[in-house]
Amino acid sequence: MINFQYLRTTTAKSAIALLGKDKNAKFLAGGTNLIDLMKRGVTAPEKLIDINHVPLKEIKQAGNKIHIGALASNTAVADHALIKEKLPLLSWALQAGASAQLRNVATVGGNMMQRTRCGYFYDIEMPCNKRQPGTGCGAIEGFNRMHAIFGTSEKCIAVHPSDMCVALVALDAEVILAGPKGERKLPFKDFHRLAGDTPQLDNNLKADEMIMGVEIPVNNLTKNYHYLKVRDRASYAFALVSVAAAFEIVDNKITDVRIAMGGVAHKPWRLTASELFLRGKEASLTNFNQAAQLAMKDAKSFGGNDFKLKLAPNTIIEALSLAKAKA
Amino acid sequence: MEKNILKDDNDRVDGLLKVTGKARYFAEYELPGLTYGVLVTSTITKGKITSLDTKAAEKAPGVIAVISHLNKPSAAAYEQEGGPQMKIFYTDKIFYNGQPIAIVVANTFERATHAASLVKATYAKETFNTDFEKALKDPKAKKFQGQADYKRGEENAYKTAEVKLEERYFLPIETHNPMELHGIIADWRPNNQLTVYAKTQGVKATQGTIANVFKIPMENIQVNSEFVGGGFGMALRTWPLEIATVMASKHIGKPVKLVITRMQMFTMVGNRPAAIQTIGLGANRDGKLTGITHRAYGETSAYENFTEGVVNMAKFMYQCDNVNTSYAIVPVDLGVPIWMRGPGEATGAFALESAIDEMAHALDMDPLEFRIKNDPETDQQKNKPFSSKNIKEAYQIGAEKIGWKNRKNKPGSLVEGAWQTGYGVSVGVFNANRGKASVKGILKADGSLLLQSATSDIGPGTGTGMTLIANKLMNIPVDKITFELGDSSLPPAPSQGGSATLSTVGSAVNDVCVALKSTIAELAANSNMDATSNFVEVLKKNNLPQIEITRESQGGKERDQYSMYSFSIHFVQVKVNSLTGVVKMGKIVSVGDSGTIVSPKTARSQMVGGAVGGIGMALTEESIIDHRYGRYINNNFADYHVPVNADVPEIDVHFINKPDPYINPMGAKGMGEIALIGFSAAVANAVFNATGKRIRTLPITPDKILA
Repeated sequence: MINFQYLRTTTAKSAIALLGKDKNAKFLAGGTNLIDLMKRGVTAPEKLIDINHVPLKEIKQAGNKIHIGALASNTAVADHALIKEKLPLLSWALQAGASAQLRNVATVGGNMMQRTRCGYFYDIEMPCNKRQPGTGCGAIEGFNRMHAIFGTSEKCIAVHPSDMCVALVALDAEVILAGPKGERKLPFKDFHRLAGDTPQLDNNLKADEMIMGVEIPVNNLTKNYHYLKVRDRASYAFALVSVAAAFEIVDNKITDVRIAMGGVAHKPWRLTASELFLRGKEASLTNFNQAAQLAMKDAKSFGGNDFKLKLAPNTIIEALSLAKAKA
Repeated sequence: MEKNILKDDNDRVDGLLKVTGKARYFAEYELPGLTYGVLVTSTITKGKITSLDTKAAEKAPGVIAVISHLNKPSAAAYEQEGGPQMKIFYTDKIFYNGQPIAIVVANTFERATHAASLVKATYAKETFNTDFEKALKDPKAKKFQGQADYKRGEENAYKTAEVKLEERYFLPIETHNPMELHGIIADWRPNNQLTVYAKTQGVKATQGTIANVFKIPMENIQVNSEFVGGGFGMALRTWPLEIATVMASKHIGKPVKLVITRMQMFTMVGNRPAAIQTIGLGANRDGKLTGITHRAYGETSAYENFTEGVVNMAKFMYQCDNVNTSYAIVPVDLGVPIWMRGPGEATGAFALESAIDEMAHALDMDPLEFRIKNDPETDQQKNKPFSSKNIKEAYQIGAEKIGWKNRKNKPGSLVEGAWQTGYGVSVGVFNANRGKASVKGILKADGSLLLQSATSDIGPGTGTGMTLIANKLMNIPVDKITFELGDSSLPPAPSQGGSATLSTVGSAVNDVCVALKSTIAELAANSNMDATSNFVEVLKKNNLPQIEITRESQGGKERDQYSMYSFSIHFVQVKVNSLTGVVKMGKIVSVGDSGTIVSPKTARSQMVGGAVGGIGMALTEESIIDHRYGRYINNNFADYHVPVNADVPEIDVHFINKPDPYINPMGAKGMGEIALIGFSAAVANAVFNATGKRIRTLPITPDKILA
């Protein structure tokens, strides 16, 4: 039997201490991805530290920021009155993910930590640089319909599967990380990594750190927003392309705008150039079209995912149009 | 003939058991000393096993045995020459990736799972091909005739028609994926006595297959399969994994349970084979078909041939004097396919019914009008009248319910923002079968009736249908009637497949009830009772606790005199997003023309289930293989997309509900297959009507709309 030690703790401090003792230890929260990976033989931690009883479930406003504990369930966040009122884009994105049953147990921290759904990553009989560096990428010349078009490397073209993270990166969130020496904050856009030469690393969380929560600045993006997820079926499917779009209009001009995409890169993909273009302009279809085209600079496809070169800008246009129509 | 149309909308007789968890499925039987089997599978696609190291697995905690070709537990038929190529544990050959090569038996499932991961195989690899299209193009690759060529009138007459088209259609592999995983419990006892708890569509078939492999009398084998959690065809044969489990039980002298994994459901229990079809259609400018050519290639395995009725429909569905068909199968290095709901006819109907729509468009005709114009009065293939056919009435009902009048013949006419709306129609047709079955009826003085037959219920509601047939004939309340099935010791009946169970077994129920009634009438007359006396009083008067009658029933010469088919019409409305390529089902109307409806509630469920399966075939389902490795990429429920509730709109089901005067005493024809056949073409036709884009490769995913 592949044995592992199951530990349970009730404080973040002891969780971090336990983690520090063992290189091959992992935190267990909702377990909706980790347990699957263990069953498939993709990962075999020696220690599982159950952190579900650590009090990190709070959702609250402090000053001009909204704080969400790392162990709040996806459902708890999506349904929370404060989130629905102040950060509706996040609520929508969460509801587009997984299924109700999964969202009930999956946590905010776990959502950030979920691994790619690339089929080559999951099948231990196939090559995958992310699972086993140096074995090659099965997807580049294989089945890559679901794969990345931005920021790819010769080693890996996997995408990050989260919906929540797409909204978080659009909303300028920060993630709070704690290690043995205390806490640090990281802009959410810098949390996930591109594959580069180290596709085995999904993010910049250090081996001895724990995710405590996220903070999102309060904004005026509560009127014109939309999370559009294009997928192969209407629920319980990963995004082909998803777009989180939100903007504020004052005097017929866009004063603040956020656009991010999912299903296109190894990390949630913020469309900075498109945002810059739209700022100060009218929320018109012509401008949305141009913003969408700007987003596609440097896109590269691999055969099976060629359609994303068309789908991605179309989805941006449709998401922006739906956000506009919401007012 | 007396009409047997039932007005009451009765519940499923086993509905309460199912929703309360009291219905027991094969894997839920706990036998004393039960052990657990887990299969080890090949990680190469073709070649030979050169070594199999089982030492670590054998030493692992709780392991009782590791069985493979190295220790070949006795299976008499496999020891002889000939027979199937794929004799599990009697060959070192690898025919496909994921083939079972050993079974590990342990005292818990978890221990068996772990030990199975410790078995290490080495192989001598050979070159392979799992790519159907590549095999089709390769002139050196084998191809076999799958069905005799058919020709009526002139061959390829479409080529010289006033209006003609020739198009190619592709259907990928689909996997049945019933919710219940496949497997078996086998309990081999001394003196070659065997009891199995199986997931099977035919308890007698399972009994027969096992008897053949192990060369023991059928009577020694008891097969139990009272409840089945979905089959869709994949449980129509006894698979190598079941034989492996019986071998294991025989070898260790203990009961063994095997439940395969969801991933193994893609490689061990068949699939709907991929198909490439070409349809040639010719018509004159008035809209009369003058030529139909249907050529199909179906995928099969390298170690066993599989064929199905892909080109059947073209031969009789439309009035046309010149029709020719051909069907060949092409082996690839994958597991052998098996019938999947609607089987080959569903594959064929996608192509033919898409092409019919394309022809209507080419003629600038309403596709419904075009179908009506070419609807035959008689079966031109068999040169016989149809036993019953109400297809024009079905067209009318469906057209009204879907709102066909809102459809514009010009594609892309109905636009609202990014969404385009379209309407589509298609026909489904399948043989109205009737086989041979026996039913025993036991009429008791306590007022109850027990009916028994070794048939199956994979979900359509067999027990409910049989109960309602008896209820109508005997005037006994439904709750006093019990129908027992899924037990090989009961009077024989065929497997549940080909939409034949209600017709076949129902007829035997009918015959038993008629015989019971006449026996009661005789007894009443003999004891000077009124002929209309209640059977309870008659039995009591005669001091009889019960009477028991068994009847075998089958069709007669009417089956030669008439062409017998069930028909369905599917109308769909779809909405297509021109920017994202997403297709949303708006509304579905399915009309069944399948004779008398015996059980309205379960009949409706059949049609609803068929429509949901049809949405899957049309829009979401595809089993994807990386041909470099011969392995499936999306072999799980997250990545193999069956439709979810959010994909399924309102499904409006209607029945013609007119008895077929010839098929059987109930006048009822099967409907499991027609619920799905043709559905995918209705969707493709609606997508064309919405967008002007003709998608000839299923499933219709967003990338294909945007292409």
